Amino acid sequence: MNRYPLWKYITVLAALLFGFVYTLPNLLGSAPAVQVSSNRATLKIDDNFKPRVEEILAAAEIENTGVFVDTTGIKVRFADEDAQTRARIALEKALNPASDAADHDYVVALNFLSASPQWLTGIGALPMYLGLDLRGGVHFLLQVDMPGAELRRLDSISADLRTLMRDRDLRYAGIDREGKTIVLRFQNAETLAKARELIADRFSELALTEVEAAANADENAAISLTAAMRPEALQQLSEYALKQNISTLHNRINELGVAEPVITQQGADRIVVQLPGVLDTGKAKDMIGRTATLELRMVDETPGALNAALSGNLPYGDELLTEHERDGRKRPILLKKQVVLTGERLTNAQPGVDENGQPAVHLDFDASGARVIRAITGENVGKRMAILLIEKGRAEVVTAPVIRSEIGGGRMMISGSMRMSEANDIALLLRAGSLAAPMEIIEERTVGPSLGKENIQKGFDSTLWGFVAVVTFMCLYYRMFGLISSIALTANLLFLVALLSMLQATLTLPGIAAIALTLGMAIDANVLINERIREELRAGLPPQAAIHAGYERAFDTILDSNLTTLIAGLALLIFGSGPVRGFAVVHCLGIFTSIFSAVTVSRALVNLVYGYQRKLTHVSIGQVWKPEPGTAK
Amino acid sequence: MEFFRIKKDIPIMRHALAFNIISLITFALAVFFLIVRGLNFSVEFTGGTLMEVHYTDSAPLAEIRAALEKGGYSDAPVQNFGSSQDVLIRLPLVPHDAATDPAAASAAPDAARQGELALKMLSATAATPPELRRVEFVGPQVGKDLAENGALALLFVVVGIMIYLAFRFEWRFSVSTIIANLHDVTIILGFFAFFQWEFSLSVLAAVLAVLGYSVNESVVVFDRVRETFRKTRGLTTAQVLDRAITGTMSRTVITHGSTQAVVLSMLIFGGETLHNFALALTIGICFGIYSSILVASPIVMWLGVSREQFIKPVKANDPNMTADGACV
Repeated sequence: MNRYPLWKYITVLAALLFGFVYTLPNLLGSAPAVQVSSNRATLKIDDNFKPRVEEILAAAEIENTGVFVDTTGIKVRFADEDAQTRARIALEKALNPASDAADHDYVVALNFLSASPQWLTGIGALPMYLGLDLRGGVHFLLQVDMPGAELRRLDSISADLRTLMRDRDLRYAGIDREGKTIVLRFQNAETLAKARELIADRFSELALTEVEAAANADENAAISLTAAMRPEALQQLSEYALKQNISTLHNRINELGVAEPVITQQGADRIVVQLPGVLDTGKAKDMIGRTATLELRMVDETPGALNAALSGNLPYGDELLTEHERDGRKRPILLKKQVVLTGERLTNAQPGVDENGQPAVHLDFDASGARVIRAITGENVGKRMAILLIEKGRAEVVTAPVIRSEIGGGRMMISGSMRMSEANDIALLLRAGSLAAPMEIIEERTVGPSLGKENIQKGFDSTLWGFVAVVTFMCLYYRMFGLISSIALTANLLFLVALLSMLQATLTLPGIAAIALTLGMAIDANVLINERIREELRAGLPPQAAIHAGYERAFDTILDSNLTTLIAGLALLIFGSGPVRGFAVVHCLGIFTSIFSAVTVSRALVNLVYGYQRKLTHVSIGQVWKPEPGTAK
Repeated sequence: MEFFRIKKDIPIMRHALAFNIISLITFALAVFFLIVRGLNFSVEFTGGTLMEVHYTDSAPLAEIRAALEKGGYSDAPVQNFGSSQDVLIRLPLVPHDAATDPAAASAAPDAARQGELALKMLSATAATPPELRRVEFVGPQVGKDLAENGALALLFVVVGIMIYLAFRFEWRFSVSTIIANLHDVTIILGFFAFFQWEFSLSVLAAVLAVLGYSVNESVVVFDRVRETFRKTRGLTTAQVLDRAITGTMSRTVITHGSTQAVVLSMLIFGGETLHNFALALTIGICFGIYSSILVASPIVMWLGVSREQFIKPVKANDPNMTADGACV
């Protein structure tokens, strides 16, 4: 009765093998590495870049143990940290000759790579992903000011409305933003009706309501129309603002040279930024709070002007800048200082296709922007207009297309000999240049690297000694069954670490505490089983029957108690944030691995040891004390 | 080895009333301290800045205080953390002179910059600038969210467990389990209020984990109660409870001993960060044993649990069912 069918043994064995393989990378540790990624949206790093890196390293006589190319860039692994540091300096020097960080084409950052062999990495067996409290770094929680974004949008809409009314010769007494609504006042009902029709047609995001004049109101403000953002438009606005802020942050953080930054949305209006390894929070904060502006300016194409400027004779009212070609080359470009239009007038930039199906970038301008565009493009057909991104007083030319024809209606399209990915990048750059809504840091956690290492050590020690104490006791008290329980507990640890490695869940110090706690709580199931078997033996059952009954009867209790623990774990997972979440993930996973290892794995072992003995007279489960015969129990 | 050589069922229920009175007194004390002293909430809940800095020599606490005072943080708590070289500094959300001196407050940098500023002040005064080990800044919005989420989590656990137990057992069990466990939670919180230990997010996690864990304990006892009711006849409810508790006694002690061994290891090796977490678990485990045996069981008895509630009506067409309702 204590024999498992073959498939069950195989399942247990397969699970153990899986646990071992996925735990392995954690035991092998990680090796120092240098990561090179692109600092420009227009510059991609792929396999073609690999020989160049190898060349630089060979020239500097630095040995590496592997060069890997992935979507984020190129990673080079080294045998020791000394080689890593030297390689970083060599690569930095060769790839980024400019002294100013903003001029750098590449980000060269220190990183760590799993030291496991290729086949392990190939099946996704990576070491556990360590949280910032273990590896050191900065964590920011940013609150995006959505009401602020809404007010800004309403202000820009009111300006557009005024322009529109003037264009159509509709006389209004006033158009003002009052709180979260725009109030349009008209002299008579006729104009109001016309305006209403027009606005409904042009501004689909506005919900309009007519307000009857109060009886005692003065004559001038006879009737008014109020416009407010429709809820769905508002939703769209905040989604757009959040996305734009995230992509802006991505661009800026690239400058910091962080190996694996994490920038994600949290909730409706919050953004989490995690920068492993960064301790200079001041610089990080500067960067997050920075504002950038977009400018449209004409290119000075007067013959000879560029050459004059290059020889130091800058024409009056001009500015010499560098244009980054798509092939990575730099070319000087002479721009007029006069600004045609600023980024505030740009409402959207999207990648798309032109009439020939070629990749293009579509730009949308608001009404007053559209008027300027029409005027300037009408006068300058055939000339070039540059779009610049100005950050910290430094201008960068994003693109400088030739104007083909007059552009009306506020929709501009940049097209011609670009790939779809380039169109994407330019659109992103245009949108990402500035923050759509102001942001505020509402939470920060910074952990120094030395503290991180200490935390790992402390967590490891707690788990180790707790584990040793439990295993020692179990083996002494329950003998063979204790040993089996201990092996099951080890299997539990193996499964848990393997699962965490496979899911790449973030391991934090509370997470390590949860691993330790899981071990302490998981042994409960085995204690229940072993006590039950002793009890059945005490009641006079033969050993085989006692083992069987012990496992059967204890199972209900084990299930109940683990499910109730799971309820608490789920609550932590749902409502917890930060350190609590790290604890909850491990706690919940631990419950599942506990049930499997305590019940199935230990049973398989017991079956193997005792199940095949025909005449079993004694099991090694420690002393089974029986009350004296005759005493009442 | 066998620790528990119990010849007779321990007559716990005979003293049920006494135990309940003891529980009631501890509970009342815990509530009293919670109200009078309140919890010492960490920066995570209150908002503010927490900094841990490391000095190469013993940290000059007086100098640090003086430097901070100059910077406008007149009564920011400064204390050693773990060793004499490590210092923990707590800065309130707004500089203290904000109320009296609005001009200075508006000139002050935004709240998120406080830690940075304080570090500069410390570096300026000390001979060897301290190493920044950790900064935690929490804005006022976050603290409120955390407190709300904490309360929601507690509610979720309580309701979830009640529903589960009501399904699995009987409403009497679910009610008494929850009372016993809330009693545990209150007592843990009472300890934290009495000693003014810092109540952080990880302590909250520990409290909720204890809630799940000690429910576990009650479940094991009640499982046995149900089984004893079904199997044996002619025992009074108190006798059944006594027998169930006695039968699970050795498991209770061994399991909790094992868990406590791990928690103890955390208390010893885990350092300051895990200290309060482990502390909360320790109190929770000790009171978890106590409450599941001496609080939950008497309550179940007062609520009038009886054998009839566990015996399903005999179905005529089920030949496996014996006369006493047990299924073989």
